[in-house]
Amino acid sequence: MYRHAIILGFAAWLFSGNALGDITVEITKGGVARTPVAVVPFGWTGQGAEMPLDIAEVIAADLQRSGRFAPIPEENMLQKPTTGAELDFDDWSFVKAEAVVVGRVVQTGENAYDVSFQLFDVFRREQLVGYRIPASRGTMRIVAHRAADMIYEKLTGIKGVFATKVAFVTAEQRQEGRTYRLVVADQDGFNETVILQSEDPIMSPAWSPDSRRLAYVSFENDRSSVWVQTLRTGNRIQVSNKPGINGAPSFSPDGRQLVLTLGGIDGNLDIHVLDLSTRQTRRLTTHRAIDTEGSWSPDGRYIYFTSDRSGGPQVYRVPAAGGTPERVTFEGSYNARPRLSPDGKRLAMVHLDRGNYRIAVMEVRSKELLVVSAGQQDESPSFAPNSDTLIYATRQARNGVLETVTADGLIRQRVSSGQGDVREPVWSPFPRY
Amino acid sequence: MLNYKLAVTTLMIALLAGCASNTVPDPDPADSTYDAAGSGADTDVYGDDPMGSGEALGDDYTAGELTNVIYFDFDSSEVRADFTDVVARHALILANDASIRVRLEGHADERGSREYNIGLGERRSQSVRRMLMIQGASASQIATVSFGEERPVALGSDEDSWAQNRRVEIKYTN
Repeated sequence: MYRHAIILGFAAWLFSGNALGDITVEITKGGVARTPVAVVPFGWTGQGAEMPLDIAEVIAADLQRSGRFAPIPEENMLQKPTTGAELDFDDWSFVKAEAVVVGRVVQTGENAYDVSFQLFDVFRREQLVGYRIPASRGTMRIVAHRAADMIYEKLTGIKGVFATKVAFVTAEQRQEGRTYRLVVADQDGFNETVILQSEDPIMSPAWSPDSRRLAYVSFENDRSSVWVQTLRTGNRIQVSNKPGINGAPSFSPDGRQLVLTLGGIDGNLDIHVLDLSTRQTRRLTTHRAIDTEGSWSPDGRYIYFTSDRSGGPQVYRVPAAGGTPERVTFEGSYNARPRLSPDGKRLAMVHLDRGNYRIAVMEVRSKELLVVSAGQQDESPSFAPNSDTLIYATRQARNGVLETVTADGLIRQRVSSGQGDVREPVWSPFPRY
Repeated sequence: MLNYKLAVTTLMIALLAGCASNTVPDPDPADSTYDAAGSGADTDVYGDDPMGSGEALGDDYTAGELTNVIYFDFDSSEVRADFTDVVARHALILANDASIRVRLEGHADERGSREYNIGLGERRSQSVRRMLMIQGASASQIATVSFGEERPVALGSDEDSWAQNRRVEIKYTN
């Protein structure tokens, strides 16, 4: 219990900020049966008529957005228990709920609350999980997401990602030019926080493994450079500003190194590794073709990258310690921006599919390729930390919007923000507890 | 839109080249007249006509009469034949005055992956850079940058817009 309080508190002060425009979610494709589940409104004991946040609403919305659950509307509930002892399983069987969540919020101090919840299997008539989590007004939303994560994992066997974040870049066209913003938001679109705002392009955000820092490319002063910014303090350090291109940063699994693309004065883009403490760079590729978009395998052994050494762009990998690059993708004329799932089993990429740039997921072992998006110019795939879902950018009219899709391609949803052209989403790692 | 731009560009080149058709430089970068430009003998290339472009450009190279934008074909970083003389004129300006500096800003259309498009934009900048250097400009005069698809001039998602965005802009920085 105590551990939760500390980390959830950390996450809340890390990302608290004003929402710029809340993101709405619409489901564009749902290919699986949805499990009916009831999230009963939580009980409230404390000052005032209402609890600071409708926890049940947040949990139900999370489960609904996963595409795997159909929350039962409140008006269809025959009873509204707040503890397991009050549950009448017959009532829930009658409304065909397969699982029921009950809970309550108790105020324990001026800005201190206990949030407790229990999840029950209606068919077996038994409790699957129950927790009590301390919260403050500032941490209550993240506590609700953590509860949803535990419920989701218990019901599906897949770790929930409701308490994670997404970073992305927006470009807003104005009369006097464009404004670029690097934004971090909760994965449900709440708590949008602008990390950096610039009149020059911002590109290629990448999370550190501890979720505390973002690396990115900035074109301030009309040339590219790579920066690492600490989210809590806003402190930013320029880590690469060599002649020519400085681009495509991605953290090593231990967070101590960045893979990046350097072009040099002759413009030959190659993969380099930058040690963040010594600032020494090590060159991994030397081919005169474009080598870029490097990213580490989760075990740290390989760096996957895009290269057009064979003509069009294809995915290659090179041992992180140095060695001979080997080609990874062979299907299709265009495969770029490789990103491995955190479990190392799948490789996501931008794939040219009959004239459309789409997101494809390849099984690393079998090399079987599956196109999981349906747009014309989809880009920047990024796996959720549970390896089950990806987020990417697609086009809606002239603006980029975000979509998520399960790695099997069955559940696809749109996540749209009101802030201009949204691109380059990157899913944060799991918060550390 | 693109056709219009090309027409204007072609018209500009024709005007700059003067009335006599034989003053248009040979687009072949290997042509010896460009080596001559490197040694500063530009007036020989363009003749003594006071309306000739060699003199006019030398005095007023930022006036905008000479186009600063080179367009490229899809998936190509090769300078098209219709732009080789534009590059040649910029090379002449640089070769004639070692203090002049340019920045070549390479761009790509919006299709495909963003960082790979940075690479494509850079490849286009380098293509123009090499052509400038072959014709007498020195490496120290030229900086390159690629914005990939990040700074489009046309915002549509159609072939016309893409063609306008696949470009290198030659910017004089001093």
